[in-house]
Amino acid sequence: MIEFNMPSLGADMEDGTLVEWRVKPGDRVKRGDIVADVDTQKGLIEIEVFDEGTIDQLLIKEGEKVPVGTAMAFIIPEGEPEMAKKESPAPKVKTEPKKKKKKKNEVKKKAIEPTAKEILTGSVDRKKISPLARKIAAEKSIDISSITGTGPRGSIVVRDVERAAEGKGKSRKKVKEDKKAQAQKGLRAAIASAMSKSNREIPHFYLEAKIDMSKAMAWLKKTNKKRDVKDRLLSVVLLIKAMAKAAEKVPQVNAYWEKGLHLKEAINIGFAVSLRQGGVVIPAIQDALQKSLPELMLLLTDLIPRAKGLKLRSSELSESTITLTNIGEGSVATVFGIIYPPQVAIVGFGTITEEAWAENGTISSRPVIHVTLAADHRAIDGYLGSRFLTAIKDHLQNPAAL
Amino acid sequence: MKDKETKAVIFQILIKIAPDVDPETLEMEDNIREVLGIDSFDFLQFIIGLDEEFGLKTPEEDYGKITTLKALITYIKAAKQRLIK
Repeated sequence: MIEFNMPSLGADMEDGTLVEWRVKPGDRVKRGDIVADVDTQKGLIEIEVFDEGTIDQLLIKEGEKVPVGTAMAFIIPEGEPEMAKKESPAPKVKTEPKKKKKKKNEVKKKAIEPTAKEILTGSVDRKKISPLARKIAAEKSIDISSITGTGPRGSIVVRDVERAAEGKGKSRKKVKEDKKAQAQKGLRAAIASAMSKSNREIPHFYLEAKIDMSKAMAWLKKTNKKRDVKDRLLSVVLLIKAMAKAAEKVPQVNAYWEKGLHLKEAINIGFAVSLRQGGVVIPAIQDALQKSLPELMLLLTDLIPRAKGLKLRSSELSESTITLTNIGEGSVATVFGIIYPPQVAIVGFGTITEEAWAENGTISSRPVIHVTLAADHRAIDGYLGSRFLTAIKDHLQNPAAL
Repeated sequence: MKDKETKAVIFQILIKIAPDVDPETLEMEDNIREVLGIDSFDFLQFIIGLDEEFGLKTPEEDYGKITTLKALITYIKAAKQRLIK
């Protein structure tokens, strides 16, 4: 029997609230299947399973908030007979008592979104309502019992339903905004905790290199000219691929520090996505080394909007092995990152700007990018860091081979 | 298509790619990307939206010509004229 636990989606996550099970006992699951939606500080996350088998028992209920590592379900592994069920150990459920606040929210939500049954069985019969008003109320899912009639003898007429519909729209919007504000606050707290831990525990050192982007930008312009607007590439995919190739050459930067250095085989680049309203989310670009530039672009087109909407999958939040932060536009030339533990390195790309460039005794104007490396000195040293940045630079001089 | 209608379509596209912005706050001469915080990724989605809605084919070298609402409306008008011819 396999225990399926509340996953940790980063060093900063302490608990999660189960919003919905996507499976039921008896369902067969395989690696990568989404089994639940969990509300975390990083938004509503789709939780994937990493084992193959049959769901035996669901141990926690929807709406329950449990700490990371709590058993959420039992899975009977492929090939194991169902009998194993009886021998299974008692679940280690560390359930937190439901907070009153949450209950309050539920009640509020219920009042705003009545179920179909409630609409139908509401005290409709006791209230007088015009046929057209009843029809509109049904269409707009408005609970008739909540409407005050202003028609003859207090009967409900069309204008009453319309007024109620307007109010419903407003309160829905408000609930949505409240939820967003709450998520925002949670995200801020998650960033604060991870970054404080990083600054407290990791002895950072920093390196910077300037890279001539003439060849890369000329190649990009040429290739984009041939491409339909939908298939155009952004310069950032060149940076991602160059970084992945450099990490292949200097594998020590693509690692975790957990009581020693552990190199990671897959190069999963955590791509920092800034939210317009504040906050950063870092989904992983899995196996970046194996992906072509158009594939990377396609992946970003899917990943970035979901990251901005705080709608990511558990593996996307927990599997990064090195981080890329990209200031992109504006006038910031250089960005020095803070490492996301337990990773050992973060690469920062500034804005590509025209700069005076001296080479072979002449000065010319070229598009230049400043790339930095912030690295964990417990794990790696300046020499490796320098080799890594040089490798990024070399790869960007040959964009066609990326 | 009147300028007002063009503007309304532009706003719809902006809201679609960046649901949390309010394009109504934009002045005609404002830099759209700076004021609304549109990054290069969102901007590419914006161009894709414009091309789809107005039937254009905006080349990359024209990105610099469409930084404000005023410039964008003029650009769309001219591009549509070219298409008719």
